[in-house]
Amino acid sequence: MARTGTNVVKRGMAEMQKGGVIMDVVNAEQAKIAEEAGAVAVMALERVPSDIRAAGGVARMADPTIVEEVMNAVSIPVMAKARIGHIAEARVLESMGVDYIDESEVLTPADEVFHIKKDGYTVPFVCGCRNIGEATRRIAEGASMLRTKGEPGTGNIVEAVRHMREVQSQIRRLQSMDEDEVMVYAKENGAPYDLLLEIREEGRLPVVNFAAGGIATPADAALMMQLGADGVFVGSGIFKSDRPKEFARAIVEATTHYDDYKLIAEISKGLGTAMKGEEMNETTDRMQERSE
Amino acid sequence: MTTIGVLALQGAFREHIRSVEASGATAVIIKRKEQLETIDGLIIPGGESTTMRRLIDQYGFLEPIRAFANAGKPVFGTCAGLILLAGEIDGSHDAHLGLMDMSVRRNAFGRQRDSFETDLDIKGVADGYNAVFIRAPYIERVGENTEVLATYDDHIVVAQEGHLLACSFHPELTKDHRLTAHFVSMVENSKRTLAS
Repeated sequence: MARTGTNVVKRGMAEMQKGGVIMDVVNAEQAKIAEEAGAVAVMALERVPSDIRAAGGVARMADPTIVEEVMNAVSIPVMAKARIGHIAEARVLESMGVDYIDESEVLTPADEVFHIKKDGYTVPFVCGCRNIGEATRRIAEGASMLRTKGEPGTGNIVEAVRHMREVQSQIRRLQSMDEDEVMVYAKENGAPYDLLLEIREEGRLPVVNFAAGGIATPADAALMMQLGADGVFVGSGIFKSDRPKEFARAIVEATTHYDDYKLIAEISKGLGTAMKGEEMNETTDRMQERSE
Repeated sequence: MTTIGVLALQGAFREHIRSVEASGATAVIIKRKEQLETIDGLIIPGGESTTMRRLIDQYGFLEPIRAFANAGKPVFGTCAGLILLAGEIDGSHDAHLGLMDMSVRRNAFGRQRDSFETDLDIKGVADGYNAVFIRAPYIERVGENTEVLATYDDHIVVAQEGHLLACSFHPELTKDHRLTAHFVSMVENSKRTLAS
């Protein structure tokens, strides 16, 4: 008998993406460029995060036409974003056969308190996290994959670095703890106790954790891999650069060979200008603070 | 000691390493073609086949892997790895490594929502094996020298052609290491034969 939508099947799908790059695209043409460059999946959107930031107003699930167009254009998996807590958007995307849903702070939250209870879906979910509390709460709700929140659409890596370092160092702290200290740690971080015990035992999260939010260059991608990311999401970084095709290719390569600095130097030569980027103290609307 | 390499360009290589070690062999990560000289058998893991093919080309792995297999050393392809091993894909002869005489269909069971796990009987290897299919391919046809080891819903999902082994699902994602152990014993046998 076939069992669909199990944890193994949903988390396993994310395992297959490891070491790869997932790229934001807004139409079929960009999706093909991404696939051609070696992306392991694409995220179908109406606008990339930097445009969402610039446009202001309420950002919602993409028009299903765009998602469908992208699904028809490529054979790699297609992800799409639903607003935090927006059960209906998530169900719509699931019914369309989207391969992964990102319950994302890049869109305007539909619910400021509760996330979607994701374990009731056949489609797997990815969620953002800044620390072990957010990571374990999302996993307990049923997320099958995590990513750092970073600060989307800024082209500034500093927040993604902060979030990746925080999660990694909290895992290390947990590992060095006596078992009788874990309950208080669970309380302090609002983290489910059983999950903390599991993480302490394994020395890693039970799902893959990608880097996202601010990756703009091949070296940024390599940095995040070096810090322990399982792979990277690149949002505005590719199609807001001067030469999307070349940037896409170079970021894929830097992600595979993140510790081969000679090679990263080689592929970074003459790439042209990366997306413009923003200083954090100029960033007024912090998307990462939209959920916890 | 038998050493098995896991091609680590992209995908679930860490889990394969664990599974090989649990089956009593030494496992190494293969990122450069020169490393193929140091191993007795090779696993091509699951991942995105399009991405992996591009990286195989880029790092010049195509011919070295073919030479490795043609020298009689065992190769095991799982999911995307199965696609890379096949001689024919989606009815076209535009194959990747093209080492096994079989025709495969990509994403044959559907999209991610159709991904599933089930219990399979694998001929001569394991009964009630916990097989995890993720956007999996299946084998539509095998050549006369390729043996079918398991089917699901009348589709071929495990096949072996001499020292080459392929499966549609992900043996590395569960704690059931019986299929990996079967590959490890294939490698041990070939090592003895090649040495004599």
